[in-house]
Amino acid sequence: MTQPRSFQEIILALQSYWASQGCALLQPYDMEVGAGTFHPATTLRALGPVPWAAAYVQPCRRPTDGRYGDSPNRWQHYYQFQVIIKPSPPDLQDLYLGSLKAIGIDMGAHDIRFVEDDWESPTLGAAGLGWEVWCDGMEVSQFTYFQQVGGYDCAPVSGELTYGLERLAMYVLGYSDGNKMPFNDPDAPIPLTYGDIFRDAEAQYARWNFDVAETDTLLQHFIDAEEECARILEQPADDPKTGRRIVMAQPAYDQCIKASHIFNLLDARGVISVTERQAYIGRVRALAKQCADAWLQTEAGGFAP
Amino acid sequence: MPDLLIELMSEEIPARMQNRAAEDLKKRVTDGLVEAGLTYGAAHGASTPRRLTLAVEGLLAASPDVREERKGPKVGAPDKAIEGFLRGAGVARDMLEERDTPKGAVYFATIEKPGRAAADIVAEVLEQVVRNFPWPKSMRWGTGSLRWVRPLQSILCILSDEAGASVVPLEIDGIVAGDQTQGHRFMAPAAFSVVSFNDYEAKLKQAKVILSPAERGDHIHAEAVNLAFAAGLELVEDKGLLAEVAALVEWPVVLMGQIGADFLSLPPEVLQTSMREHQKFFSLRDKAGKITRFITVANVETPDQGALVLAGYESVLSARLADARFFWDNDLRVATSDMNVWTQALENVTFHGKLGSQGERIRRIAALARELAPVCGADADKAETAALLAKADLSSEMVYEFPELQGVMGRYYIEASGQDAEIAAVAEEHYSPLGPSDDVPSAPLSVCVALADKLDTLTGFWAIDEKPTGSKDPFALRRAVLGVIRLVLSNDLRLPLDQYVDRQLLRHKIQLNGDADEQDLAALRDILAEIAEHGVFGAAVQTVMDKLRNEEQPEMKEGSLLRTIGDLVPDLSTDLLVFVHDRLKGFLRDQDVRHDIIDACIAMPGNDDLNQLVKRARALAGALETDDGANLVQGFKRANNILAQAEEKDGVEYSYGADVKFAETDSEKALFAALEAGEPKIEAALKAEDFTTAVSEMAALRPSIDAFFEDVKVNADSEVLRRNRLNLLNHVRKACGQVADLTRIEG
Repeated sequence: MTQPRSFQEIILALQSYWASQGCALLQPYDMEVGAGTFHPATTLRALGPVPWAAAYVQPCRRPTDGRYGDSPNRWQHYYQFQVIIKPSPPDLQDLYLGSLKAIGIDMGAHDIRFVEDDWESPTLGAAGLGWEVWCDGMEVSQFTYFQQVGGYDCAPVSGELTYGLERLAMYVLGYSDGNKMPFNDPDAPIPLTYGDIFRDAEAQYARWNFDVAETDTLLQHFIDAEEECARILEQPADDPKTGRRIVMAQPAYDQCIKASHIFNLLDARGVISVTERQAYIGRVRALAKQCADAWLQTEAGGFAP
Repeated sequence: MPDLLIELMSEEIPARMQNRAAEDLKKRVTDGLVEAGLTYGAAHGASTPRRLTLAVEGLLAASPDVREERKGPKVGAPDKAIEGFLRGAGVARDMLEERDTPKGAVYFATIEKPGRAAADIVAEVLEQVVRNFPWPKSMRWGTGSLRWVRPLQSILCILSDEAGASVVPLEIDGIVAGDQTQGHRFMAPAAFSVVSFNDYEAKLKQAKVILSPAERGDHIHAEAVNLAFAAGLELVEDKGLLAEVAALVEWPVVLMGQIGADFLSLPPEVLQTSMREHQKFFSLRDKAGKITRFITVANVETPDQGALVLAGYESVLSARLADARFFWDNDLRVATSDMNVWTQALENVTFHGKLGSQGERIRRIAALARELAPVCGADADKAETAALLAKADLSSEMVYEFPELQGVMGRYYIEASGQDAEIAAVAEEHYSPLGPSDDVPSAPLSVCVALADKLDTLTGFWAIDEKPTGSKDPFALRRAVLGVIRLVLSNDLRLPLDQYVDRQLLRHKIQLNGDADEQDLAALRDILAEIAEHGVFGAAVQTVMDKLRNEEQPEMKEGSLLRTIGDLVPDLSTDLLVFVHDRLKGFLRDQDVRHDIIDACIAMPGNDDLNQLVKRARALAGALETDDGANLVQGFKRANNILAQAEEKDGVEYSYGADVKFAETDSEKALFAALEAGEPKIEAALKAEDFTTAVSEMAALRPSIDAFFEDVKVNADSEVLRRNRLNLLNHVRKACGQVADLTRIEG
């Protein structure tokens, strides 16, 4: 166990730890998402009987969390590290604790606790039971056994771990201001802090998210994504060109992700009332549900011709 | 006699579920054992974050043999019938016994069921219990189908006696029961075997696990008090938090930490709430009541005596309190500049789909508070202002973060805005009383707004027909009614509840019909104004109807909005009052006032004046304790029965004055005299609402009434005498029936 000295070393340590536990190291999904769970490697792969094990970093965007780069611990763009294993192995808690050790947390010197926290994503129609994991009172991870996704019961059950990387790194590296923590090696010729890289971008996005984003356009984009999702899923399974059976669950799901993010942007612009909120969430959930239906019709989703 | 030890070890069980689960395990397992014939001496359960444990002492080693005799068909019955009986009883034909009975020879079968070994029964019962455990929420994991609160990892199940311990053979979804368990997750994770409960508990303690939740709680409390005392501070007691924290650790290590100096100026309620909700810290306060430090409970002993752990906890707390201070500063900025920003924002917050926004609700409450102010002894303008501000803090950032601080923050913010302390206090006090043991506000302004708030809620849900049914009361309306009752009684308020209920029902109806045409709405608003004038709904409606009729307007048509509401509101109002009376009965029953006494008082006019109603009931209850009182009721009932029979027979009401000149006997004359002397006193007492005196004056009539019935035959042969006596009895009935309807008194 070596003590990490930078943000990226923590990512590297988590990656090599989970790779050594047999996970496929994926890369971030190339779309704007609100949480690592949205990556199809989690949402869709949690469905159906096919075994799965993956780990990846996922940049996440939560427009309402923007603080113009001024907050020591809140950003509208931040990173999650996500691990998903199906079926959940019997020693998942121990595996998880091993990952904390791998990033330099000494179990003998810290107070690690599993505190009840059931997870629910109304937009994904997903729910699970588990804990938030505390290290000396700090929430460092979410630990969830998926019970439902897209309205389907998960069988087998996936175990999902989500590390809030900034918070975890601040704790491990000993920084109370996240913008000041080293991103790369602090002794590198060009040492960069987290703030050096993101602070200005945070201000730019905060301004756009809160005041400039054109809401009419966004509303139209939402509708477009919704319609495109429906259109994709309406296609017959058999592709007339290749003559193969191709159910386009993932392209449809991309539209669902898009709609979800546009909803978050509209929310940050303050144009969604409390009552409309529920309706929008319901619309995204309907898309997620249809994508889950389609996914189960694919081979990766367990469909056998 | 063997002892049974069961431990179900799992991943971390939510704190709030542990106690109940240990109880359920105990109940279900012991019930199952007893049902299978295995009685036992004693049983007790325990729980930690990772285990549910049950120890059963003095179990039978096997269930007793059971011998059952069964009567079969008659000897000589068709073979089919006999075979059927053999199958049912599970015996062979040659085991049947012929016996003579009064109905002839009959076959008897004796069924012997040998007892079963305890281990077999335990295995069966435990599997059933595990598979059907009543977790409030359970889950599946991996590829299995078993449900448990979190993944179930191991089962320890042993029977032990003098000869030693043996594992109960049992397997559930691939988990094989054994005699092993593990200690503390980090300090002593190695597995070890146990042979008995005592051995188990002792070895767990060596392995850094305190099995008993009560012992963990006591330890935490004692340590916390010690640490606080050593620092010259006092622990802010919090039983709920103590139970929760004791369920979050297997090996409690109590640590005392510092609160950053920057945060000490936050209101103590904010410090305490933030620390309790987010971090599960206990608060420590100094002599002046200021919260200056905290107690946290770790689950691990570290080589540095928790220094690193505590530093972590302190820095997390600082981040949390930085948020709290950020909210506090922002909120104060709004409060001191313009609190209307908050009240405006509430216009867009839904209170209830049908009942409109919080803003609309607040304005309705303010209007009613204004009207209630005089009966509460409050200033109407101040009551309205206080009501308009009382819920403004719902828009504040602090209350958004900590909903339980609603009202408390309101008081701080309203005071900061420059309002009087009494108006500020309304924000905090108007939610009370919440529970039956909650303090009831006594400041007139707070009483006034609290009453208006609760009445608005009640009338609103009555107006949209969302009344509580059975055990379902999602809007806590029973609690609201109890609040009204306690506010009225403990502040000795006198008010005709009906009238205020009518007004508020009407306000709801006006709002619910917001899209009706303006003429209708104007008429409804007129009625509202007329209630204030007349005090009675019916009269107000009549006045407005008359007005409209004179103007030859068409609104009073059958089925028109005005007519519907005019017809509906009184019914709703009556229905709500019945509900209030029901709760009042429950409330008084808890204070040992009999339900028939309350019923007798509710039967009197003016029963919407709860305070007067209760005074009547208490006076009557007091009188019924005495001999005279109890006998008065008998006398009254006798008089009433005789009268009722005579009135039915004769088809007239005997309500003419009786004349003393027709009195024949001394007792008759004495009753005349007693009534003549008593009635003015009763009258005077009633006028002064001194029901105790009124009732005791009535009770004073009892000897004369008793003597009258003793000596006098009411149904005399002379019709003149009979009529006079009946009229005299009517006199008695009237005189004694003015506090309560005594016919409803039982016995």
